[in-house]
Amino acid sequence: MTARINWLKYASPATFYPLAGKLAPWFFVAAALFTVAGIYVGFFVAPTDAQQGDAYRIIFIHVASAWMSMFLYIIMAFWAGVGLAFNTRLSSMMASAVAPTGALMTFIALWTGALWGKPMWGAWWVWDARLTSELILLFLYLGFMSLQAAIDDPRRADKAGAVIALVGVVNVPIIYFSVKWWNTLHQGASVSLTRSPSMAATMLLGMLLMALGFWMYSIGTSLLRARCIILERERKSEWIGQLRELRP
Amino acid sequence: MSGPGLLDTVRCVAGRDLLAALRRRADVVTTLIFFVIVASLFPLGVGPETALLRMLGPGVVWVAALLASMLALGRLFASDHADGTLEQLTLAPQPLTILVLAKIAAHWLATGLPLVVVAPLLGFQFDLGADALSILLASLLLGTPTLSLIGAIGAALTLGLRGGGALLSLLVLPLYVPVLIFGAGAVEASAAGLGAAAHLSLLGALLLIALVFAPWATAVALRIAVE
Repeated sequence: MTARINWLKYASPATFYPLAGKLAPWFFVAAALFTVAGIYVGFFVAPTDAQQGDAYRIIFIHVASAWMSMFLYIIMAFWAGVGLAFNTRLSSMMASAVAPTGALMTFIALWTGALWGKPMWGAWWVWDARLTSELILLFLYLGFMSLQAAIDDPRRADKAGAVIALVGVVNVPIIYFSVKWWNTLHQGASVSLTRSPSMAATMLLGMLLMALGFWMYSIGTSLLRARCIILERERKSEWIGQLRELRP
Repeated sequence: MSGPGLLDTVRCVAGRDLLAALRRRADVVTTLIFFVIVASLFPLGVGPETALLRMLGPGVVWVAALLASMLALGRLFASDHADGTLEQLTLAPQPLTILVLAKIAAHWLATGLPLVVVAPLLGFQFDLGADALSILLASLLLGTPTLSLIGAIGAALTLGLRGGGALLSLLVLPLYVPVLIFGAGAVEASAAGLGAAAHLSLLGALLLIALVFAPWATAVALRIAVE
């Protein structure tokens, strides 16, 4: 008789809590390594751009945070949708945990974009399709967090947040394809899954390393935040009383 | 013996809401007056130069319609929630999606359609020509039902919550932005000689998508709010 794998072992807050605690530090270490490598490649190895000089180097933060802002929204909507469909508490807790990091990434993308736009385009902000839809993404994140904060009953908050997250997920493809669908000031896609990239290899390497670093950081913070949410919401459970860190 | 058919129930739900709106005309008229006042504030703020106002006009009328539409959303489900009718609607054998669509249709007839009717008057305030006015009317006619449909999702999610109005705005305004962009853009495109067909088609597409998905999402949100 073969032993059956329990695929849902970590779907319980009680088993997920210690797992997240063990994994999170590793993700932060990976984040630090990737970010340091990415910044080294970005600032010391990648060549000066022919048109933009050295000011282009903010791309290494801007693109990584923009990718993460869209990716984290999809992750948040996914977990919120799973929580809504299957009525699982931990999925919704994960969605709530991811939201603030996603909002931060969106804010960094908008801010670094403005810092880049001023020397390059001469304007801190233009109302083109990509910038406008990224700004809407920030409002969607904030709306999700505000709605959950305004509802006292945690289960109702989970489900209501799931509805708004899923309604807003249509914005992410709009951001992604905005440079193809509209005549925008923002440059088009230089990196594609199907064509070779239209930028120098070292620039691409730096960008990918930074993106990985931001990704590892996002996973680490989401795991830690999920642990905090578990502690708050499950505080009356017996297993929490047994936790080593809570014993006097 | 089977209960009332779907069409009868829809007629009953929509008719009840329209009757209530007719009896409390003050609510409807307040929205309309807000629309007119907000649109009138802009010329006072930016100065009376005609060329500038003609350029700003469509956008301003659209933003005012958006805000007025949003203000009216609170009334969509609030009174039914307060007296228990909403719970009965969720328990009815007829699909909640269709009943919600009936309520939204009645709500639009009472609050959105008056905006469309009054918009030409505001257009005159901004010295818009006849073509611009007709495109503005068409865009509002296509856009205001979409605003009611999308807004209903927000209204259902924020039922009974404290900080309701501001929270509703935060949820619903980002989703309103595409409608605003294409609606005001239609008038600008026709003024620039490019023709408004593309923008109006996209507005129509948004309306159709909202018609299909918004009542369903609103029904889901209502069940979450009521349980």
